[in-house]
Amino acid sequence: MAEVSEIICVTCPKGCTLQVKHEGKDVLEVLNEGCKRGKEYAICELQDPRRQVASTVRVKGGLHPLVPVYTQKAFPKPLIPQLAQELRKVEISAPVKINQVVLADALGTGIDIIASRDMPGKH
Amino acid sequence: MKASYDVIVIGSGPGGLAAAIAAKENGADDVLIIERDVELGGILLQCIHNGFGLELFNEDIPGPTYAQHFIEKTKGHGVQTLMDTMVLDITPERIVFAINKDLGYLELHARAIVLAMGCRERTRAQILLPGARPAGVYTAGTAQRFVNVEGHMPGEKFVILGSGDIGMIMARRLTIEGARVERVLEIMPYLTGLTRNYVQCLLDYGITLQKQRTVNRIIGRDRVEAIEAVSVDDAWNPIPGTKEIIPCDTLLLSVGLIPENELSKKAGVALDPVTNGPYVDDRFMTSVPGIFAAGNVVHVYDLVDWVTEAGYVAGKGAAHFAQTDKVETGTEIPLKAGENIRYVVPHKISKAHLAEETVRLQMRAITPIEERVLVTVEDQNGDVIAKKGEAYARPGEILTLAIKPTSFDAAQKATSLTVNVRKR
Repeated sequence: MAEVSEIICVTCPKGCTLQVKHEGKDVLEVLNEGCKRGKEYAICELQDPRRQVASTVRVKGGLHPLVPVYTQKAFPKPLIPQLAQELRKVEISAPVKINQVVLADALGTGIDIIASRDMPGKH
Repeated sequence: MKASYDVIVIGSGPGGLAAAIAAKENGADDVLIIERDVELGGILLQCIHNGFGLELFNEDIPGPTYAQHFIEKTKGHGVQTLMDTMVLDITPERIVFAINKDLGYLELHARAIVLAMGCRERTRAQILLPGARPAGVYTAGTAQRFVNVEGHMPGEKFVILGSGDIGMIMARRLTIEGARVERVLEIMPYLTGLTRNYVQCLLDYGITLQKQRTVNRIIGRDRVEAIEAVSVDDAWNPIPGTKEIIPCDTLLLSVGLIPENELSKKAGVALDPVTNGPYVDDRFMTSVPGIFAAGNVVHVYDLVDWVTEAGYVAGKGAAHFAQTDKVETGTEIPLKAGENIRYVVPHKISKAHLAEETVRLQMRAITPIEERVLVTVEDQNGDVIAKKGEAYARPGEILTLAIKPTSFDAAQKATSLTVNVRKR
């Protein structure tokens, strides 16, 4: 049976509240999408919710002891706690370059975790 | 090093970087950025979360990536930098006094200055939180620096006061790092940060937000042991019978940001008591000729993309001033906050500038309107010069509106302009 759920779209800072008409996990219609990305988000949110994840990993010999990293693509939401565990085990050496892969194919998702900045060595 | 520059930019966050780039691109030869930290980038470097760049690049990138894009651009443009250097004083004649471990005391002269010191966080003292003074009370941004840059966890069990973006983002960050966030408390009846952060930082991690609720007192002598929460009415008076003791070892404060203007005051720059930032014109020049201001030093933005945009405008203005070295004496129209508007930036616009360039206004609403609204710019007779529809107006989210050169004719008869936001 079709029902209408409110889903807040997090694709952009506008944060539209979408009225989503759906049957189980099948989106029938987004009644008030702010833009095209709203419908995509609603479908994804019902079938396979994903989020961008950002964290840090340890760096040996860097200007700072950590380098910030993030998921190259939106990551499956249920796996986020497990990803955090994995990242805690990672340690790399300075210098680090931006976009350098620090953890390839994280948890078999096909998604790489990459550095979000350069981390020069300690001078 | 040289003793005089066309443009000196103070601060290397997004506003300062953009201003330095724009100054170079608009003809300034010697551009210097002075930064107190050991590297360029400002607070963006500790904002490791995504959500930056959507407006400018149509890409969702983390803060450090966003910063690096502009850092590389300043290097490519030949902007000079002075790091690990603290500016101590600025005079209205645009002399900058600074101190550096290796170079000692510096006196630098500038044809134009861009103030880009950003903002600082409101502290415990500023919100008058009663109770003992144990360890374990931090501003959210301080905790963010500890966790994301320096690699220290400030506690295990947190309560966060304030639903601003940094507070909510830290709630998620601490949870990912294995801490427990017991509660986020918000004294206002509405969320003060972005709605998307409520979803992806709190709802996603099952963190409870309570509105119209605050910290009544902090419990603990050497270290925070608990906080006492209480509900408040619309006048922020505690409501009897609503107290709750929440055990925790750390309290984070995300209770607002204040533009950082200690240096501006020394330079004689006039400040707006509503924004706590300088009065600025449409090129972000302050009340002191040749001193410009860019980004959160003017008013606190919700998106870095708009800070960058403001930095470009200020940097261009500064380069122009450095080359012509004179104040334009054209007619200026004051911009006023009207119905349900707390403030408008810029505070005035030049009729001459409007003939050639689009002037972007930024406003904050006073009370939320959760239905379609119309933002209007009206002259003294109530004639509408520019307007824009929005799906809603919320105090936590800046409203923007552009006055295009096509409005030039209509604006010519204006002696003042008022911005309003009303239900449609």
